[in-house]
Formats: sequence, C-alpha cells, structure tokens
Amino acid sequence: MSGLRIRKGKALSQHPAIELIGIDKSFGAVHANKNINLSVAKGTIHGIIGENGAGKSTLMSILYGFYQADRGEIRVDGQSVAIKDSQAAIGHGIGMVHQHFMLVENFSVLENIMLGAEGGQLLAKGRSGARAELKRLEDEYGLEVDPDAIIEDLPVGTQQRVEILKALYRGADILILDEPTGVLTPAEADHLFKVLKVLRDQGKTVILITHKLREIMAITDDVSVMRRGEMVATRKTAETTVEELAELMVGRRVLLRVEKGEPKVGKVLLSVRNLTVKDSRGVVMVDDVSFDVREGEIVGIAGVAGNGQSELLEAIAGIRKPASGEIQLDGKPIADADPARLRELGLAHIPEDRHHMGLVLKFEEYENAVLGYHRDKRYGSGALLDLNAIRADAAEKIEKYDIRPPNPRLKTANFSGGNQQKIVVAREIERDPKALIIGQPTRGVDIGAIEFIHRRIVEMRDAGKAILLVSVELDEIRSLSDRILVMFAGKVVGEKGADASEQTLGLMMAGIAA
Amino acid sequence: MSTASVPLPNWITYGLMPLLNLIVAFLISGLVVWWIGENPIEALKLLIEGSLGRGDAIGFTLFYTTSFIFTGLSVAVAFHAGLFNIGSEGQAYVGGLGAALVALSLDQYVPWYVTMPFAVIGAAVFGAAWAFIPAWLQAKRGSHIVITTIMFNFIGAALMVYLLVHVLIVPGKMAPETRTFLPGGQLPKLDWLMALFGLKLGPAPFNVSFLIALVMCFLVWVLIWRSKLGYEMRTLGISPSAAVYAGIPYARTVIIAMLISGGLAGMMALNPVMGSSARLQVEFVGGAGFVGIAVSLMGRSHPLGIIFAALLFGILYQGGADLSFEMPNITREMIVVIQGLVILFAGALEYMFRPTMVHIYQRFKRA
Amino acid sequence: MDLFDIIVSILGSTIRLSIPLLFTALAGLFTERAGVFDIGLEGKMLAAAFASACVAYVTGNAWLGLLGGIGVSILFSLIHGFASITNRGNQIVSGVALNFIAAGLTIVLGQAWFGQGGRTPQLPASGRFSPIILPGADAMRDVPVIGPIYANVISGNNILTYLAFLAVPLSWWVLYRTRFGLRLRAVGENPGAVDTAGISVTWLRYRAVIVAGFLCGFSGAYLSIAQSAAFIKDMSAGKGYIALAALIFAKWKPVPVMFACLLFGFLDAFANFMQGKAVPGIGEVPVQIFQALPYILTCVLLAGFIGIAHPPKAGGVPYTKER
Repeated sequence: MSGLRIRKGKALSQHPAIELIGIDKSFGAVHANKNINLSVAKGTIHGIIGENGAGKSTLMSILYGFYQADRGEIRVDGQSVAIKDSQAAIGHGIGMVHQHFMLVENFSVLENIMLGAEGGQLLAKGRSGARAELKRLEDEYGLEVDPDAIIEDLPVGTQQRVEILKALYRGADILILDEPTGVLTPAEADHLFKVLKVLRDQGKTVILITHKLREIMAITDDVSVMRRGEMVATRKTAETTVEELAELMVGRRVLLRVEKGEPKVGKVLLSVRNLTVKDSRGVVMVDDVSFDVREGEIVGIAGVAGNGQSELLEAIAGIRKPASGEIQLDGKPIADADPARLRELGLAHIPEDRHHMGLVLKFEEYENAVLGYHRDKRYGSGALLDLNAIRADAAEKIEKYDIRPPNPRLKTANFSGGNQQKIVVAREIERDPKALIIGQPTRGVDIGAIEFIHRRIVEMRDAGKAILLVSVELDEIRSLSDRILVMFAGKVVGEKGADASEQTLGLMMAGIAA
Repeated sequence: MSTASVPLPNWITYGLMPLLNLIVAFLISGLVVWWIGENPIEALKLLIEGSLGRGDAIGFTLFYTTSFIFTGLSVAVAFHAGLFNIGSEGQAYVGGLGAALVALSLDQYVPWYVTMPFAVIGAAVFGAAWAFIPAWLQAKRGSHIVITTIMFNFIGAALMVYLLVHVLIVPGKMAPETRTFLPGGQLPKLDWLMALFGLKLGPAPFNVSFLIALVMCFLVWVLIWRSKLGYEMRTLGISPSAAVYAGIPYARTVIIAMLISGGLAGMMALNPVMGSSARLQVEFVGGAGFVGIAVSLMGRSHPLGIIFAALLFGILYQGGADLSFEMPNITREMIVVIQGLVILFAGALEYMFRPTMVHIYQRFKRA
Repeated sequence: MDLFDIIVSILGSTIRLSIPLLFTALAGLFTERAGVFDIGLEGKMLAAAFASACVAYVTGNAWLGLLGGIGVSILFSLIHGFASITNRGNQIVSGVALNFIAAGLTIVLGQAWFGQGGRTPQLPASGRFSPIILPGADAMRDVPVIGPIYANVISGNNILTYLAFLAVPLSWWVLYRTRFGLRLRAVGENPGAVDTAGISVTWLRYRAVIVAGFLCGFSGAYLSIAQSAAFIKDMSAGKGYIALAALIFAKWKPVPVMFACLLFGFLDAFANFMQGKAVPGIGEVPVQIFQALPYILTCVLLAGFIGIAHPPKAGGVPYTKER
C-alpha cells in the first residue's frame, strides 16, 4: 500500500513530535507570525488557543506546507525538515483537518479517502486494500463511517470523521485540527473528543487549534497561547486555569475606555422574538433568540466567533431570511423586508466584513459613500445620480470623519483599513437612522480610528438611537455596551450589565457558566 | 505582496496595457503574414491606405465602425453587470427583424425620419426580446448565461432563416430576403458629413445610424456612470455580496442589464439593413456580434474606448478587404485572426503583462 | 424506398453525423470535469481538420494526417491552458479567442498554401480513412432486418467511427476506474481537496486540456480526411457548439454523452431527409426546427425543466490558494 507510510523508530525516539523554531511569516503589511517557538510532545493533545487573527491558522498552514515561512525551522521527530508543499507534510506524517473540509462532495467516502493515495494507476488495485485499511482504522479509533456513502448526504460531524480518516489513511502520526468544533453540534463535538483521546492513547500526536477555552480544558494535555502573531505562553493544562488562559489570550491591553454618561433609555425600537436562522446548509445558527434594544442604549452581543452572531446580524439586516421568528423595528414587522426597505425604515447597518459587503473596493470613495442609499432623492431626483450632490456629501463626511487621504475620487481599495471603516461608519451614521446594527466595528482598524469610531457610536446612543453591537473583541463590548448579551452555540445564554467582569463573560462565552 | 494588488495609474491600465496587448496581437499577425511569404510592413501600409486613404474607404471603415460600436456597447453593458453576453450576434440578427418589419410597414407612407425612431425601437425591442429568455434563465433558474446565449445565437439563426425562406421572402424570388425598402424605409447616407471634411463618400454605405451609435455611446455612458440603475449594475458586477448588502435586487438588475444589452445589439441591424442593403438578408450580421466582444474588451467597456476600438476594427475590416485584393495571398479572414489575437491578449491574457508592468512601474517610481 | 430502407439510411447517416460530435463532446467532458470551461472546442476541431488535411495531402498518409490534426489541436489546448490555468484568465474569453484564431488562420493559411479559397486540394485515397467492410457484410445483406442494418449501419464506416465508439467506454473507464480520472473529477469539484492531498492542480488541469486536444484532433480529422476528402473552410460549422450542448445535455457523463450525440446526429440526419418532403396533414416541416432543436433542448434542460444539470462545481473558476 503506497498510501501508507510506516514510520520507523517512532517508539524509540525521545524527540518531540514537532518543534517550530523562530517561525516568522508576513502577508504584505500583516505580520501574521512573529518568531514563533513551539514544541509538541509525542502522544499528547496539544492545544493552541488564541483570538481570531492571532495567527494560529497561519502557523498550522506553514506546518502543513500550504504557506512557506519567511524564516525559521521546522523539526519533525528531531529532524530538521523542509515542508514545501502538502505532499511533503504528508510524507513527514503530518495530517490536517481543515476548518472548511477539503472533501469532494459528490464522491463517496472511499473515493475521498483514496484521493492522492490511490495505491496505483488503477483504482481497482487500491480499492480493496483501502477498504480493508479503512475498516481497520474505524475499528481501532471508533470512527464508524459507511465507505460507500456520498459525502454530501452525510451530516457535518460524519464528514469531519472522513477528514480525520483521510489523514490517518495517509499514515499521519501528527494530526492538526483547525477549529474542529465550529461546525459541530455539542453531541458531535463530544464524540470528536472521544476519538481524539483514543488517537492519543494509540500514540498519535494531536494539535488542536481553537478559541474555545472549554475545549482546551476538556481534552488537552498542554496548551500554547497565541496573541497577535506571538506565542505568549505554553502551560500544562492540568496546571493552568480558565482565568489564566483567558487573560493570556486577551493580554493586559490598554483598555480603550470611552467616556459616556448614564443611558437615557426610551421605548423599545428593535425587538427580536424567537428568531431562528439557518445557514445555507440548513444548520441552525441562531436558535430561538429573543431580545429588545431600546432608544438610547447600546446592547452588546459578546461571543466567540461562529456562535451565530453573524447570522443574527444578517437576519436583522434583511440579508438572510430567518427560518422563523419575528423582528420589529419601531413596532413594524421587518422580518421579510429587504435591505433597501430597511434603510428606508431607518435601520442602518455597519456590516462585519467591509471588504465583501460594506464597500465595493473598486469604486471611488464617493461612490461607496452612498452604497445602499443611492436611490435616495437627495442623490438625484429621477433615474440619474446627482454626482455633485454625492461628491459634496462625501467631501463633507471626509471632513467630519477625518478620512485620509481626503480625496473622494480615490479608489476605495487604496484607503487604509481604518479609513475604509470610517467611510462605512460615516455613511451609516450620517443618515440619522432610528436604529443601528453594527458588526465588528473596529476589526483591522488602527488605534486612532478605533477611538474615533467608538466615540461616534456613543454619540449615536446619546442621541437616542437604538444600537445593537456585535463584536468578538470583549473589550469593545465591555467599554461600549449598556447591556451585554452573551451568545453561545446560537443561543443567548445570559445577560449582564456593563460592569460584568471579563472573566465572567469569558466563561459564559465558553459555554461554561450562564 | 502579490502584484495583483499593486495599484497602477489609469493611464497604464486603460492606455498602455491595451496598447501593449494590441501591439503583441499585431506582431503575431505580422509573423503570420511573413510566414505566408508576404511583407508585413507592406501589408500594413496597404491596410491603412485601403481603409483611410480615400473618401469611400473611410466611408466603408466608418460603416463597419458603426456596427461594432453597437455590438461593443452591447457586450460592455452586460459586462458591467458581471454578465458575459456572447449572444449579441443572435440579438442583432433578430433585431434586424424588428427594423425590417418597421421599414416594411412604414416605408410607403412616411419619410425616413419618421420611420427611423420606430425602427430604432423595433430593432431594440426585438434584440432585447432575444436576450430576455437567457436573462430570465440566469436570473431565476441559474442557467449559465454564456451557454444559453450561445444556444440562442443558433436558435435565432435558425428562426431567421426560416422566416426569410418561408415567410418574408418575395413570392417568386429565389433569394431568401425581403423586398427592397422604399426610401421611406432607408437611412440616408452621410455625404454631407464627409463633405465637411472635403471627402467624397462614393458608394460607401456610411449612414445615419453612425449618429445613432454615437448617441447610444453617450446614453450608455450616462447609464453606467450617471444613473442609479448603472450604479446598481456596476455594484452587482464587481461585488455581488455588496449588492446584496445594499439591497440591489439581483434578478431585476440582471434582466434589465441584459434587455439593454440585447437592445443595443438589436440596433446594430439598423446599419446594414436600413442603411446599406435596404432589405433584410440572411446572415447580415456577419460576425459583428462577436467583434463586439473584442471591441468591448479592447475598449475596457467604456464608450469612449469602444469608439476607438470599433474604429480600429472598422479599419481592419475595410482595410483587410482591400488588402485581400492587393495581396491575394492574404485573405480577408486575416482580420478574424487579428480579432482572435486581440481577444486573447486583451481578454484572456490581460494579466500576463501586469506583473512586469508593476515591476517596471515601481522601479520607475523609485528612481 | 420502403420505410425500412429509409430507417436504415437515416440510421447510417446518424452514425456519420454523430462521430465528430462524439469525439468533441468527449473532449469537452475531460476539460469541464477538470473545472476548465471549453468554448474553444469548435476552434480546436476546425484547426485539427485543417491540419489533418494539410498533412494528409502532403504525405499522402491518413494516419500522419490524423497525427497532424492531433498535434495542432493539442497546441490550441495548451494556449487555452496557458491563458486560463497559468495566467488565471477568463476561460470563456480564451475559448472565444481561440475559435476566432482557428476560423481565420485555417482560411488564411489554406489560401496562402493552396490558393483554392481556403480549401485544401482533394486528397488521394491513401490520404483518407476509407470505409471498412466488416467481414460478412455482403453475405449478410440479404438476411432480413439484421442484414441491411449490419451491412449499411454497422459495417462500411471508417476506422475513426469505430474508434469514436471505442472512446466512449474508454473515457468512462479512464474517468471512473483510474487514478487520473479520480483526480480529474476531484479537481473539477473541489481543487482545494486535490491541492491539500499534495497533487498539483495546475498539472492535472493541463493534462485534462491535453486530453481534450487529443480527442478534438480525431474529430477534426474525421471531418476533413474521413467524411470528406479535403478541408473546406468553416467545415466545423458550429458542430463544436452542438457537442458542447450534447455534453451539457448528457450532464457531463460519458455514456449519456454518446446518446446525446446520437440524438443530435439523428436530428441532423432526419432534417436532411425531411428536406423538401411534405408530412401528410402538416405540409413541409421546416428543417430549421431540427437544426434548432439541439439548442432548444439544451436550454430547456439548463432551465431545470427536465432534471437538473449540475455542472462541475469548480468549473470556470481559476484556482488560487485561499489566504
């Protein structure tokens, strides 16, 4: 079987399974990994935890040969190796289970497993061997799956099992799992953990990338913490606490406190009742969620990314049709309204992803300054756009929001992240909406712009607007919100006041406390 | 950082790069000419003389240019909305039916300037109608518009041949064509315009539809860059997800964009049908719809660029015809080769020179 | 002629008209299953027809002619690959461009070399693939029903016809029974899966377009040195697009591709037969209906009214590693 590589001397060697020494990687201006050192002992489950964008996935992609490090050394089993592509990684016994499965959906399980390790030019030759090997792996690790089932007919948890089997089939001794539970139900996640423990007990090494503290505490032996591209600490899991890890993850940042007075709360403007939203695959992402946002308050939704916040925002913004439930804006039902109608009704939306939604990067700045409001009378009474009005309007916002460079004719892609975000914020806020829903207002934005945007949001609140804020930055939620709802696995698991401690919220976000 | 994200100034993107692509296409064409044993420089000279050397030559050149402006605009409008309309050829063909029906019903009663607006509308409506089904299939059923518009080219051709052979043919005649339109159904030639420049038009069929084409260029420019609809089309074309966010309705925008595209293609029929042959004939489009693809790619989907690119192809078509008389070894189809090469280099290989360009530009900027 | 003779004669021409479609549609099958759209089938077929005729004329050898056709067709494939795989250009635009280049170049070169208005000179018998009389065809001729079918439909075709029908199970076998086929189907659905399995997406897709060039070489040679005895300008006459339609109609599967090609070939044969004949009660049915039918059927299929045609998921999208 050419698909399997028996690694010699694995029982004898005392070297760590993986050592990373001084790994450094930049993407343009983004320094994703800064001089990373990491040692993973054999036969352990090693967790790597960190917030979104901390550089975990980049590091693992380097280990799997998807990217090349700018500097640094990789040692597998004590040997310095060059991993120039995935083939090389597989050759060194490294397997990876990607966050987005790398499966061919209209292939059978067996075909997916064999892809790239077919065992000869003809499939028939390898097939029976593969089937037998698959059976052996299933029995050994408790990974039952029907080899003839077609992938797209299988539930997500089973698809993931196929991914794990794929790696094992290729003779992986070291298995990297990138946010494996993001797409799983709690029961499926529990099953996965059992499998991982079996794998470890059989001598495999598992690297688990996650931002969920609960998972780290539940199954890892060691844990390394990454923050902003750096490896900040490695601990024995048994010797650390959730609190310590949470603190290491977020770091002792200069808290960007925003001066704000007591909220003057009025009537309910935005009301969500029993809202359930499914994603394109039919998986429930928002599960029976209800809450209100009143005039003059900021309601923050805290939670680890992927717990339904994005889908909640999109449902309210009219981008994603809810499966069931009701949404009201100032007493009017809006669950069926499209984004254009919602804007007319006075709901502004700063989307989570400005590159794909909030802006058309190839447009000039002034064109983006009216995106979504371009049908408005003030930008042209008939079918035509009044460019003078639009450009004057854009210039005014540029002035007011200190957008640099102050050039409405510049292509939007040429503005920095912070200035791009200001273009979106200015557009949505300056329309003087009744309610404002905001996703990740300061993602990829420099400190100066963060403060500026935060102040604007608070001004909106003081002007009596209802504001719903979603952010994975706990700091941001804490410093801006008047009330905090915590989302976990699609549900609102609790509500806290603005004075809730970081630890309390962190535990709720991890699904541990309510 | 990959070179794809490095911004280049507009004069490079819209001026130098198309020019470079064009030069490469011509160099390769020159090689072909040389390969078949002719002198490429001589051929180029003959080509230019044959297309721009005399009044009637210019007239023919501008006649072709007119057709290419319409089809180029047609492809460009769809392109702005992110749609690849390969069906301009068929839409123009069916558009000819609209123009001919108007001309046949009005030519006995009214002068040409009364017929003309109706003919414009007739051609546009028929062209748009032929674009509607592929548009609807794309918008509502997700059928790939490239494939459906190709299919509709053939269906349209079959339909038109059927109509000309069985329905519109003059009883007792052999040729599958309509009767000749009376002057009330013909678009007059632009002798006076040529005379302004001291040129004689001669037999060249350069006619009023050229002016209509220029008006359409202006209207398309207004549509794309000055209207709310055009704004929505461009948003959809560049970023479908941003269009969803902005509440721009996908199906409606796709269908309207294709109707406009089909309408512009349909109007192309005015030029040969009412401006030249004064009757509807089989295969009168003669590939102009496909030339529109090259014109639109070359002209970077901007009306001004399209005028220049259409003129270029007008020169090629007229000059190529002349050249094939002078150098019988080089047939007219040499133009088709050049056209293919332009599409290849300006379209499919548009990024090939970009990294080099970025490299040179950055070095130049640093120095 | 009685009805049976008519049927035999229509079946015979159905086979002859289906062959170029079949080779071409199978060519499209390989590229499109690998995720590369190929509008340029028409051009490859035309270029191959021209090259085959030229080489066959010069050498007087049909097999060398075929080889020439294959070579030129593969060259076109490689340009398509260079534009759409290496340079990540628009696959449709590249295909359109190649169709024009083929349409123009065949005539320009043909005129320059032979001076017959784009035709190549008539081929000698050795430069053609001539009909093969299968053993016993003459003896069988008088056996009722089976005899004429065997003698006039099954026997009496040229070698390329038999190769075309052989290419169907062979394509099926390659796609579904070999490592290359598995990887090729995978790369058209999810190139990421192929890439992470340590297989080069680029090389795999190049191999797919080369196979397509190879098969288009056969269809072109069939047109000019088997079905006819010379290259005539524009002799592919839209067959590449009908083949594309057949491919879609067959939902990108090899055996249905054969039936779709036979169906479209039959429509063509039937249209030829019906030309100028009146149907009782209806009168003369215009041939244009039969000409348009393959395209209409394909559109109806694409609209999802008769089953759903799922194109390969990654089709038309150049592969870039995600950041």
